[in-house]
Amino acid sequence: MFPKGTKRKFSDSADDPAPEPATPLQRQSLLDMSLIKLQLCHMLVEPNLCRSVLIANTVRQIQEEMTQDGSWQLMTQALAAAQCPADRLVASELLCRQTDPAAAAGGPKPYALVGEAYQEEEEEEEDSEECASEGEEGEQVFGTFEIKHPPPGPDPALEELFSDVDASYYDLDTVLTGMQAAPKMGPYDLLESLSSHGRISSFHIIYYSMNTTEARTNP
Amino acid sequence: VRFSGQRVWGIGNADIISTVEFNHTGELLATGDKGGRVVIFQREPEGKTEPFSQGEYNVYSTFQSHEPEFDYLKSLEIEEKINKIRWLPQQNAAHFLLSTNDKTIKLWKVSERDKRPEGYNLKDEEGRIKDISTVTSLQVPVLMPMDLMVEVSPRRVFANAHTYHVNSISVNSDCETYLSADDLRINLWHLGITDRSFNIVDIKPANMEDLTEVITAAEFHPFHCNLFVYSSSKGTLRLCDMREQALCDKHSKLFEEPEDPSARSFFSEIISSVSDVKFSHSGRYLLTRDYLTAKVWDLNMENKPLETYQVHDYLRSKLCSLYENDCIFDKFECAWNGSDSVIMTGAYNNFFRMFDRNTKRDVTLEASRESSKPRAVLKPRRVCAAGSKRRKDDISVDSLDFSKKILHTAWHPAENIIAIAATNNLYIFQDKLNSEMH
Repeated sequence: MFPKGTKRKFSDSADDPAPEPATPLQRQSLLDMSLIKLQLCHMLVEPNLCRSVLIANTVRQIQEEMTQDGSWQLMTQALAAAQCPADRLVASELLCRQTDPAAAAGGPKPYALVGEAYQEEEEEEEDSEECASEGEEGEQVFGTFEIKHPPPGPDPALEELFSDVDASYYDLDTVLTGMQAAPKMGPYDLLESLSSHGRISSFHIIYYSMNTTEARTNP
Repeated sequence: VRFSGQRVWGIGNADIISTVEFNHTGELLATGDKGGRVVIFQREPEGKTEPFSQGEYNVYSTFQSHEPEFDYLKSLEIEEKINKIRWLPQQNAAHFLLSTNDKTIKLWKVSERDKRPEGYNLKDEEGRIKDISTVTSLQVPVLMPMDLMVEVSPRRVFANAHTYHVNSISVNSDCETYLSADDLRINLWHLGITDRSFNIVDIKPANMEDLTEVITAAEFHPFHCNLFVYSSSKGTLRLCDMREQALCDKHSKLFEEPEDPSARSFFSEIISSVSDVKFSHSGRYLLTRDYLTAKVWDLNMENKPLETYQVHDYLRSKLCSLYENDCIFDKFECAWNGSDSVIMTGAYNNFFRMFDRNTKRDVTLEASRESSKPRAVLKPRRVCAAGSKRRKDDISVDSLDFSKKILHTAWHPAENIIAIAATNNLYIFQDKLNSEMH
């Protein structure tokens, strides 16, 4: 009663006797599916943390493999090229701001989506000392992403940029802060945008941040 | 083991059952559901004239344990779904159980009242105050039998100690303390103290961006009151000794099976996540369930499990679809029989599996109204893997109903009686021929 034969890697075809490594297309499809699941996670009332962590780990695994064979770089470059310069500026501004200066990581990553959602939870629950430091970070996040009601005073330039903002940034709000917002774009619209690479979507921002991170850490 | 007698309990329109638990004698069986209700069944005493009517379970009490709550600070609703019920060992005439939803644990007292005092001097039979002038003599009130009433009252409410969702509770063998575990922390409580708990495990990283692992289940050792185990989403088990230090972040033992590098896939981690962990009654072994297998571990051997049982290996080639429809995240529980010789766990299509550790034989059974007629023997089922020869009555993998999942099962502590929760129906199966454990 012990495992017989070899385990299959990533194959829906039950007829093949030998294990098959995932094809690039299968891998991309899994990545897309995972990112959609993560986005949906954050739209739910209270995301299941275990599920979010497992999906985020899967995304990280795919990203590692794609980085190794160079396809991650190709993808982020292609997406970055699709964006206009102003948006790129805004994107990096947004994401740099959000980073806690004390944090080791260079910038937010897709799997950090899990973390952000729960960062806000902790602010109320923990004792006052911790609350002070985390509250700061939390406020930074909210201050930066409160697109509809920009924070009073800090950066008029940023406010001006946001006044012309594309509706898709509301989705960025949802995704990166984990706040429950009325989704402007459903998962299938997202899938469309991912495959067409024409429209700027929240995931393009995430992909871009990966590129930015790597540019900073791997000169 | 052959299950010949059976009892079907259809709760009909009621909510999905979310937990099932026998008490320590097996006389009572508690179920919790998605609507926050607890239903307790009691076994009828044996000794009736008809041999097959003895030992059947009937409803003993029903009560609302948890209500939906609204967290105004986060604008989030807290579900009333009962995640776990655990009975306390019985110490007097009353029964006590702990029930928990995502955030709050409650201690309930279940007691019987079958007598009431009659013959008061100052009150009449309806309880109205008598006119003193009509009282001419004094009488001593006597206790008279009345219809049995089961009273349930909340004795303690343990709240505000969990930021994340509570997945496990476990009563210590000392009968004074218990643990509650959420995704990132485990707290130790004293049953008499509700305003504070002691944090014994905390795996929350300083930076939540670094979070890669969560706690999935936890349980106290059946008789070593200082030991407990917790499982993780990465497939590890950690045995902790509370005597070593106050915060048990350092484990005493780490149980982990090394990964087979040739079998690695993008789903390897997800399917290795442990959904349930149970100590054997003997305290020598651990039973764990991950997505495709059930494993028995020896507490003295950390580097690999003692036994691995394939629950539904035919799903291995379907992992991508199961990831897509989220079934890959289903958390199946597992159970030992009273003598630790057989283990049981649920699967899809209302199937559940039993593995005999001694004979190495296994069986697949189905919990459904259609296949269960009164007093009929449960017929073993077979799932035909794709590509292999299909026999009559086999179910092919592609026709499995993934919405019919048996997540919660329980085994009577001493006899061959099992409780199976199939969505909103509870099935109780008994092995009349072999009621003794082997």
